[in-house]
Amino acid sequence: MSAAVEAPADAKAAYDARWQRIMDCVELRQPDRMPATLFGTFWLAKYGGVSYKQLMYDFEGTAAIAERAVLELDPDTVSPLVLQTAMGPTLDATGYKQLQWPGHGVGDNQPYQYLDREYMPPEEYDDFLFDPTGYYLRVYLPRVMGAFEGFSEFPNIAGGFYFRLFANVRGFLSPALQESWARVQKAGEASQQLADRNARFIARMAELGYPMGSIATSGAPFDVLGDYFRGARGILTDMRRRGDKLLEACDKMRRLLVRQAVPAAKAAGNPIVFIPLHWAPDAFMSQDQFKTYWWPSFRQMMLDLIAEGLIPMPMWESDCTKRLEIIQDIPKGKAIYWFERADIVKAREVLGDTVALRGNVSPSILTTGKPEDVDAAVKYIVDNVWNKGGRIILDAAFGLPDETPVENVRAMFRAARKYAG
Amino acid sequence: MSEMTEQEARLVGHLAEMEEDEGIDLAKKMLLEEGADPMRVLELCRAAMDIVGKKFEDGEYFLPELVLAGEMLDTIGAIAKPLIKSAPGEEPRRLGKVLIGTVHGDLHDIGKNIVSFMLDINGFEVKDIGIDVPAATFVSEIEAFKPDVVGLSGFLTLAFDSMKETIATIDNAGLRNDVKIMIGGGQIDETVRAYTGADAFGVNAVEAVSLCKGWMGVNA
Repeated sequence: MSAAVEAPADAKAAYDARWQRIMDCVELRQPDRMPATLFGTFWLAKYGGVSYKQLMYDFEGTAAIAERAVLELDPDTVSPLVLQTAMGPTLDATGYKQLQWPGHGVGDNQPYQYLDREYMPPEEYDDFLFDPTGYYLRVYLPRVMGAFEGFSEFPNIAGGFYFRLFANVRGFLSPALQESWARVQKAGEASQQLADRNARFIARMAELGYPMGSIATSGAPFDVLGDYFRGARGILTDMRRRGDKLLEACDKMRRLLVRQAVPAAKAAGNPIVFIPLHWAPDAFMSQDQFKTYWWPSFRQMMLDLIAEGLIPMPMWESDCTKRLEIIQDIPKGKAIYWFERADIVKAREVLGDTVALRGNVSPSILTTGKPEDVDAAVKYIVDNVWNKGGRIILDAAFGLPDETPVENVRAMFRAARKYAG
Repeated sequence: MSEMTEQEARLVGHLAEMEEDEGIDLAKKMLLEEGADPMRVLELCRAAMDIVGKKFEDGEYFLPELVLAGEMLDTIGAIAKPLIKSAPGEEPRRLGKVLIGTVHGDLHDIGKNIVSFMLDINGFEVKDIGIDVPAATFVSEIEAFKPDVVGLSGFLTLAFDSMKETIATIDNAGLRNDVKIMIGGGQIDETVRAYTGADAFGVNAVEAVSLCKGWMGVNA
């Protein structure tokens, strides 16, 4: 799959040249210059001089700020800048409980933050494994989204047959369920509006000649279970208390995640699947635990995506330098590994012939340094990775930190062009 | 601690080796059936946690073991503490006092909790004042608790400014010279330490323990 688009001829040529740089990196060819990408969330508020809350709730305003930033910085790819923030109305409509966001739980100028809780107690593993859709409908969605509260009364239809099917239908008359249907419909409309607006933003970027660095997103099976179901304490102790159950759930989750990601990426027309990773860091678990519990299901997930013609782009959060040899074990030229805090020089040495790299200008230099410090940080990456044959897409460690002074972002893009074409 | 009986050594071994069911069952048997001294059982738990802490420092144990050890300790503590009849004896002497919290604007606490646990099992008296803590609260807590060390935790990049502001507020209150300040969290490095004016930073719980021991003049 390519990320082909409709665009005016000159913009189309620019778009194709930019996209080609990314694909050259993925396919382990040296592109004509080091691509640099713009990935931001609440940094747009800094750039546009608005509050984080405005960014969450004013889609068109956010899109206008994003467009200005893209035109000024002239990156090779862009993240779905607007989708990452302007989802306030959708969150409100769904009554989402796992996040606090500007105007809802945190201050107007604070970023959204996820609430680490146990959303699935250990005794529910078997329910999830036996019938994940039923578990989502009756248990999980009502727990994490207010709009779905009445779905706890969703009738148990699986196993119904013949006259029993009719008997089950009356369960849909539940007043709580009916009330939820109405809320879910409104939430669906808000979600559709967000998707439509996001599609317009992506199309607008294409018109201007800028491809998306990724559109579809996913998670690693272990991380999704850990972050969104079991919570940190739960997933950590599960490795010791119920390792077999955890592995079974990782395998199930892997298949569910692939079933979501493949059609999402194909519908988006962009093969890169962004997968932020949370539980892989060196400091979190031993190498044996990583090789047993974390890596196998994620490796298989990447193979599943690759088999569908997609390009996994895991973002290895924190320091994963000790994992480099293990995560090298995937087909060559099929993925982008984005590193946050891992040693990018070592990453090139170990992985340079296997995957494209992305990253990793230090967040502390970007936020607290001067433009010349940022320039030096980019030069370090150019000298030690790009000039040594590394196929690297320049980015900040985890996209631009929200607080980054605009001058420092300008310095980052300027340095990319100054030192690497 | 005094010499252990075979049964006591078994309890320490179960807990240190993460044999949760065996460890809890044995502790229950000792406390509820055999009338063991609850203070003695808690002492044994602490001996087991010493081993856990060392294995963590040596890179044999990681977060799963620290969290599980903490839960085992809580479970046994909940059984033992109501059984303590007499006034507790003198608390074992602590190496020093550490006040710890996540700075304002940041709601993350996993790293902070791990650091608190490691400091506790390494002999420090720890007061954890939670997440999203305003600078002024750090000041009032320092005045009340009189810590030797203040630990500022933060996961998000917004924490850089919150830490800087917190340290400035402590300074303005005239308390900066009374405490050592360490910072830690996913994004923290020497650049951030210099920016915030902290005395030191650490990237994990072992480094936090080592910093505190160094400041208290104890061999790390």
